[in-house]
Amino acid sequence: MIRAFGYNEFLFLLSAVQWTLLLSVIAFIGGGIVGLFVALARTSDVKPLRLLATGYIQVFQGTPLLMQLFLVFFGATVLGIDMSPWVAAAVGLTLNTSAFLGEIWRGCIQSVPRGQWEAASSLGLRYPGLMRYVILPQAVKVAVPPTVGYLVQVIKGTSLAAIIGFVELTRAGQIVNNATFQPFLVFGIVAAIYFALCWPLSLLSQRLEARYAAPSR
Amino acid sequence: MTYDFQFDAVLASWDYLLAGAWLTVRLSFGAMAIGLVIAILCALGKTSGPKPVRWLINAYIEVIRNTPFLVQIFLIFFGLPTVGLRLSPDMAALIAMVVNVGAYATEIIRAGIESIHKGQIEAGLALGLRPLQVFRHVILKPALRTVYPALTSQFILLMLSSSVVSAISADELTSVANNIQSQTFRSFEIYIVVTGIYLVLALMFSALFAGIYRLAFAYTVDRR
Repeated sequence: MIRAFGYNEFLFLLSAVQWTLLLSVIAFIGGGIVGLFVALARTSDVKPLRLLATGYIQVFQGTPLLMQLFLVFFGATVLGIDMSPWVAAAVGLTLNTSAFLGEIWRGCIQSVPRGQWEAASSLGLRYPGLMRYVILPQAVKVAVPPTVGYLVQVIKGTSLAAIIGFVELTRAGQIVNNATFQPFLVFGIVAAIYFALCWPLSLLSQRLEARYAAPSR
Repeated sequence: MTYDFQFDAVLASWDYLLAGAWLTVRLSFGAMAIGLVIAILCALGKTSGPKPVRWLINAYIEVIRNTPFLVQIFLIFFGLPTVGLRLSPDMAALIAMVVNVGAYATEIIRAGIESIHKGQIEAGLALGLRPLQVFRHVILKPALRTVYPALTSQFILLMLSSSVVSAISADELTSVANNIQSQTFRSFEIYIVVTGIYLVLALMFSALFAGIYRLAFAYTVDRR
């Protein structure tokens, strides 16, 4: 039975946006927390930690996000856990985001001049204080524009949760398209909604980058 | 942990998996090659075209970069047939990949074009180089050197994101994995092996590209 695309279908798409946003927020916050540890490990003086973080980043950046989601989804079964697509998507996206943010933030931490590290440690600061009061505040400044830019990747990445069956915006688009069979209209609206979410962030990231780049030149 | 791992079913379909991986590689190279042609044209249009052309190219880039690849695939695979263009999944996958990578590569090529200062061209001419020599040694090679690393990492990203085209059942690596999975139900085993194949492909190509970079662009003095 083919339905026409009407107000109800549009509302269904709009209500699915909340799941896309929620998934993005969870992946970003979770990925940010894990990613901070990945970045710290990656820049650490302890070699095993550094190697471990490098391998972690390498694996997540060298394999498709879709495979990572599949592995979390089916891997849970191996461990005997019954995981819903929702939890699998949240866990998979969090892990993926942590690797990418970890690598971005590694660069930001390393961009703080060596002299700052030396000055801080010669003032008697140990690692936690050195990081907290000297290195991270300076690294955060550099980190803001690429982090905002990466948020766009996170939002786009949540669309893959549709493939493991979680009903977010893209999956909602598939469902509506199956009922109405107006693919251009339905996926056009879906694309427009993603664009409305992502484009302001892209612009903000570019603007921040221009602002932070200016004084240092 | 009581799970009983069984890799026999996966290994029995090894040829099938390799065929899928081969299509993934071909799709990626094909999309990259065609995408580069589009990117060069768009980059030229963006740096020296008239205003409406520049506006159109910017719109193309922003739309592609701010919407998910999966939605782009759906628009092409389900949308185009409604206007009379019937596509096989493989063809739709290739077109989606071309359109996608074309936008990203445009920005990379543009950066390469803008990295050559006018003064360098004038300096080359002043040193008595003929225009063709200036193009080859002063413009082309440094510009290629600037864009090469970004383009190769874009290729790796493209190859990895191509797994998403399995959503329309193109016959590439991930689709093959889905098929084997639905016949054997050894989900975790098959996907861990396929993830390994992607990782090997990604590492192999980045090592290959790095090697080519060292051979082709070793002429430069250390610029610090």
